[in-house]
Amino acid sequence: MDYSKPIDSALFPRGCERCSFSVFSLLMLIPTALLLFGLYAAYTVLANGLGVTGLDDKFGFGLWITIDLAVIALGAGAFFTGLLRYILNIDELKHIVSFTAVIGFLCYTGAMFILVLDIGQPLRSWFGYWYPNVHSMLTEVIFCITCYCTVLIIEYIPLILEQRLFEKNRFIQHLAHNFHVYMPLFAGIGAFLSTFHQGSLGGMYGVLFGRPYLFRDGFFIWPWTFFLYLLSAVSAGPMFSVLMVSLVEKLAGKQLVSWNVKQLMGKIGGTMLIVYTIGKFLDSYAWVNDVLPRTGLTFDQMFTGMVYSSFWFYAEHIALVIGIACMAIPSLRRNSVFFYTGALVTCFSITLNRFVMTVQALGIPVMPFEEWRWYWANWAEWGAFALILGYAIITVAVTYRYCPLFPQEAELNKK
Amino acid sequence: MSHFKDFTIRFGMVIDLDKCTGCGACMMSCQAENNVAPQEDATNKLRSMTWLNIYRLSNGKAFPEHETVFLPRPCMQCGNPTCVTVCPVVATEKNEEGGIVSQVTPRCIGCRYCMASCPYHARYFNWFDPYWPGDLKEALSPDVSTRPRGVVEKCTFCHHRYMQAKDKAIANGEDPFDLPEEAYQTACTEACPNGAITFGDLNNEAHKVHELKQSPYAFRLLERLGTEPQVYYYSKREWVRRLGDNYLENEETGKPLNTLFKKAH
Repeated sequence: MDYSKPIDSALFPRGCERCSFSVFSLLMLIPTALLLFGLYAAYTVLANGLGVTGLDDKFGFGLWITIDLAVIALGAGAFFTGLLRYILNIDELKHIVSFTAVIGFLCYTGAMFILVLDIGQPLRSWFGYWYPNVHSMLTEVIFCITCYCTVLIIEYIPLILEQRLFEKNRFIQHLAHNFHVYMPLFAGIGAFLSTFHQGSLGGMYGVLFGRPYLFRDGFFIWPWTFFLYLLSAVSAGPMFSVLMVSLVEKLAGKQLVSWNVKQLMGKIGGTMLIVYTIGKFLDSYAWVNDVLPRTGLTFDQMFTGMVYSSFWFYAEHIALVIGIACMAIPSLRRNSVFFYTGALVTCFSITLNRFVMTVQALGIPVMPFEEWRWYWANWAEWGAFALILGYAIITVAVTYRYCPLFPQEAELNKK
Repeated sequence: MSHFKDFTIRFGMVIDLDKCTGCGACMMSCQAENNVAPQEDATNKLRSMTWLNIYRLSNGKAFPEHETVFLPRPCMQCGNPTCVTVCPVVATEKNEEGGIVSQVTPRCIGCRYCMASCPYHARYFNWFDPYWPGDLKEALSPDVSTRPRGVVEKCTFCHHRYMQAKDKAIANGEDPFDLPEEAYQTACTEACPNGAITFGDLNNEAHKVHELKQSPYAFRLLERLGTEPQVYYYSKREWVRRLGDNYLENEETGKPLNTLFKKAH
């Protein structure tokens, strides 16, 4: 027994060092506190009803739906990286694909947990399968998200099977091997499912012809927000994965993924961002000059005050341009300051988009004699967010500590 | 993308805003008729259950030109409803003769997508468990199911009365699909002391609403969005009619230059 090593060192990935178990446990107190606070908030909501939240009949959707849409977009790095790695065979991405799968898994399971709180009758969740309305974009979202969540679990399992604890178990070794052999199949299914539900999330809003802020016409597919949401997800997803890798690196105090791999992710995300930005600008132009006038409303009528200011509309667009500049211009992309700035502003723009499409859209008075309404999320809603944050931090920390999450780690940190 | 669903019978209302005093009798009768639970604190109007809500409209002018109008707003029972297609579990439908948009509360999962879709805010969510204190339970109507916490509900044009009227017609050997106007009336129509609400089959020439809806003073809310409401309003005042829809500065009241669906029904 080597007493200079942490008590659980036998479980660490080969060639990797970790902090002592005591330090790790102490650090885990923070996310555990978040988790416990979140569990209390979740209990309060489930026991007393959604009346304990800040939602009301005007704002049926609020912080939770914003978070759901944002994390599902940001978690798109999982399916997109999987597609590029396993289907298009971009080999360098093997160094980050497992981590993107974990991030995707956390984003999707977190979103699903929040959805359980968000629907008024969680025990009827299965009705989405039993009484599906084939005309509803939400039905498509329910099907694809739950199926894709299963795919993400399948993608997560090999990481656990490769734990050193199971090294001597031949069956588990073979199982883990076979998971890898068949992973392209799951990557393909994941890409298929994700394409549709990312698009349908956009479609959910675009079809709302009673909401002039959201409604969009058709462009091959009605509504064209289908494409915008998909493109925004594949732009922000890889960048969010890189940001999360860098955050883990900062916390761990070591390099886990090579700069070249991050650059490649940025380049891919940046390329998709160009396509998305062109689409987004065209969309905004068509909305202001065509859709809105047909509803009898003007651009100015869509904004008021600070929370619903047109500043956010412009900020969303400008952030995209900054993101493109940072990611698509090679000299800027190679500079770490510009690189991370580009990734951050892109994720900011996509998150802001989900906020305005969810909350602002509902705050706008549609009937001429209505007034603007404001919504503020209360502690119960933030508590649920804390729950998934705590859960995500603990899961990433435990996975990083005990599972071979970063294949390059040992090589990059050789002494 | 726009699907107007027509029926031989299409129930609707014409509400004369020049007669409405905003007394709230329609709201109260609706709540009593449909077993809407009383609330301890109904001061937050975005949390209170009012299937039929009354809005106050103003012409925005100072005294003595100032005028106020009250606008009762039930569910519009749209011909092209925004809510039906979005519901993921078919908990709201428009497929029954009569053209009433149903709400199947035992099937509703409470996702509130229908509420987000409705521009009239005609849909309400049960934020807490409904509770009838003391003997109030004794006053519950046996004809309407109570709804649990966590589901969406809305005005159904007192659909149970329609079923009763049809049953009665069948029992009397009459045609249930050719009801006389007085055979089926909503609670709010009956409760209005000024007779501001007229209810009937919009397609039936024998019903008053058929004629009233064709008046040049009749209009519908947000007509240009293409929702095809089955609730009409009536006012001889132009400023009231103009508040029925969003108009660009260069557009005349009732004559929008364009509509959301260019090929509107």
